[in-house]
Amino acid sequence: MTGQPQTQPLPRALEPFLEFASALREAGIPAAPEQAQAFVTGVGLLGPRSIRDIRRAAHATFGPGPDRAEEFDAIFDAIFLGRSIAAPAMGEAEDMPEAFDAGDFDLMPEGPEEDPSGADATVAERLFARLLTPGDEDAALRSFARAAPAALPRRRSRRTAPGKGRQADPRRAFREMLRRDGEIMELPARHRRTRQRRILVLVDVSGSMKAGTEGALRLSHALMQAGERVEIFTLGTRLTRVTRALRHRNREQALTLASGLVADWDGGTRLGEALSVFLSVPRFASFARGALAIVVSDGLERGGPEALTSAMHKLDGLAWSVLWLSPLAADPAYRPETGAMRAILPMIDRLGDGSNPVSLAREILAFSKGARA
Amino acid sequence: MAVRSSILGIDGPEPLALGLRDAQYIADESLATAAYLALALGKPLLLEGAPGVGKTEAAKAIASVLGRELVRLQCYEGIDAAAAMYEWNFPRQMLAIRQAGDEHINLYADDYLIARPILLALQAPRQRVLLIDEIDRADHEFEAFLLEFLSDFTVSIPERGTIRAGEPPVVILTSNRTRELHEALRRRCVYHWIDYPAPELEAEIVMMRASTVAQETARKVVAAVGGLRAEPLAKPPGVAETVEWAQAATLLNSQGAPWPRAFARAIGVALKDQDDLEFMAPRLDALLQEAVV
Repeated sequence: MTGQPQTQPLPRALEPFLEFASALREAGIPAAPEQAQAFVTGVGLLGPRSIRDIRRAAHATFGPGPDRAEEFDAIFDAIFLGRSIAAPAMGEAEDMPEAFDAGDFDLMPEGPEEDPSGADATVAERLFARLLTPGDEDAALRSFARAAPAALPRRRSRRTAPGKGRQADPRRAFREMLRRDGEIMELPARHRRTRQRRILVLVDVSGSMKAGTEGALRLSHALMQAGERVEIFTLGTRLTRVTRALRHRNREQALTLASGLVADWDGGTRLGEALSVFLSVPRFASFARGALAIVVSDGLERGGPEALTSAMHKLDGLAWSVLWLSPLAADPAYRPETGAMRAILPMIDRLGDGSNPVSLAREILAFSKGARA
Repeated sequence: MAVRSSILGIDGPEPLALGLRDAQYIADESLATAAYLALALGKPLLLEGAPGVGKTEAAKAIASVLGRELVRLQCYEGIDAAAAMYEWNFPRQMLAIRQAGDEHINLYADDYLIARPILLALQAPRQRVLLIDEIDRADHEFEAFLLEFLSDFTVSIPERGTIRAGEPPVVILTSNRTRELHEALRRRCVYHWIDYPAPELEAEIVMMRASTVAQETARKVVAAVGGLRAEPLAKPPGVAETVEWAQAATLLNSQGAPWPRAFARAIGVALKDQDDLEFMAPRLDALLQEAVV
C-alpha cells in the first residue's frame, strides 16, 4: 500500500474532494468535516487505483444510504467525472421524505400546481397538487394539541424509574447501606415507566375523500406536534410518507410541503393495494407494531374487497388498536354496507366520524381515554 | 485520527475479502472496501440492510479474520448502561461490607465490577471485536449514550474515572433500518448498505454453506428466491432462507421428489409467514416453473 497522498497532500489535488463535500451539503446530504477528512484519508489508503475506489470510499465515509444513493452518485459524477447533474432537483434534506410508489420510487414529485379541478385523475393518473388552505378550526386544534399528550395511549416501557414498584433497586439500596454503616432500613424499589404508544395515521387522499383530506392533514399536523412518535402516510393510488414534511412546526409550511409531496391528490382509490405496499416495506410495517393506527378513509374501494381485507387483517395483527374514521359515519343513520367495509369491520376497534378535524380530534381523544380506562 | 494502513497484515480490501472467504463469508468488493476503511481509520463500521442479508454473519466473519473473540450486544428497547457497559455487583459489595468489619476495603475494586460488552471490548481491544446488533431496536436515549463511546472509545465510571482503550477497538453496528439512526451516530461510522447479493454471488454462498447442494440446484433456488423477493411479502426470504431452501429441496429430491415439486414442498423453509404462503400459493407453481427452466 502506497500511502503517499495522505501525509502531505497537494492542495490542488484536494480540491475536488472538498468541493464534493460542499456539493453534498448544498444538496442537503449531510457531510461533516470529519467525514470529509475520513474520505480523503480513505482514498489515500485505497491507492486509489481507479475511480471505483474513490466512489466506494465516498459511499463508505459519507454513507448516503440506499434512499439517496442515486442523487449521491449524480453529484459524485458531476465533481469527479465532470458530468452535469441531470434530473434530481435539490431541496433541503430534512424536508424531503421518501415518497413510496407501488411501482417505482418517486423521490421528487412535481411541485404544487394551482389546479383545483378534479380532472380525470384515475385514468391518466395525472399528478397535481391542491393548494391547501388554512381552516378556522384553529382553536379546536390548539386545544386538541394541549389535551393530546396526557390523553394519548401509553404502554409500559422497559425502562424503570425510582419509586413504588415491584423491582428492587440494588444501586440505591447499596448507597443507603453505605450511609447507615451497612444496615438497611427500607428496601428501595423501582417501577416500570410508561411511554406513549406510537401513532400511525393513514390518510386516504382519493377523489371521494376530497372534502376531508385537507382537514385530516391539518389534524395530523397537530397530532404530530403533540405526540412523541407519530408517523403519517397518505394513501391513494400511491403511498407517500409525509411525516417529515409535517414535522415542521409552522403549519402552513408543513402543509405546503406535504401537498407538494403527495402526487395522487383526488385520484382513484386503491386502498387495499396501497395498504399492502405499506405493510410489505418492513420498515413501515414496524411503525405499525404496537401502535394506535388511525385510518381516515371512507372505505370506498374500487374492485373487490379481498386486498383491503387481507391488508387490514395484517394491520390489525400488528397494531395495538385500529381506529377507522370515515366522513360517512358523521351521519347517524350510516351503516357500513359496502362489501369492503363490512368485511373489515371485525378488524377495527372503532368506526368513528371523520368528517372534519374537530370530529377527528374528538374521536381520537375519546378513543384514547376509553382505551386507557 | 490514528490511521493504520495495515491491520494484522491486511493491507487492502482484497486481502480482507480473501480472508472473509476463508471464514466462509463471501463479501462483495464494496463491503470489503468499507470494512477495510473502518479498520484502517479506526472507526466503527455501520452495516445496514434488510433482515436476513447477512449483517451479523459479516461481523462474525470479520472477527474470525482478525482472530478475535466476538462480543455481541443485542439491542432492545429500553436497553441501558447497566446492560451495555458495566454494573456493580451489589450483593457482593454488601457481603464485603459485612465481612470487613473494621477493616478498610475498596468497594470499587475490579472484583465488584461486572463488565458488559462495551467495557469488555475496551478492556482488551486486541482480543475482542464488539458487535452492537440491531441498534435500530434501541431507543434514542441509548443511541445518544453510545456517542461518547463511539467517538472517543472511552467509558466513564463515576467511581473509577474514565477508562480508555489502548487502541481503538473494532466495533461493528448493524441496523435493520426500522427507523432512521441519528445523524451524529452515522457521522462517526463508516457506512455500508448490504443489499441482497447478486444472483451469482448468492449461488456461490449457497454452495459454500451447503455442500450437499448441486450447482444447478443452487442456481435455480437463487432464481426462485429472486422471484419471491420481487413480490410484496411481509417477510421476504433472506440469504439464510435461500440456503435452507436449497438444502431442504435437495433432501426431498434425494428421497424421490421430482424437481419442481421438491422446491414447492420445501417452501415452508423459505416463506415463514402464513399470509405470505397464502398469498403466494396460487402463483408459486408459475414462479417455480420460470425459475427452474
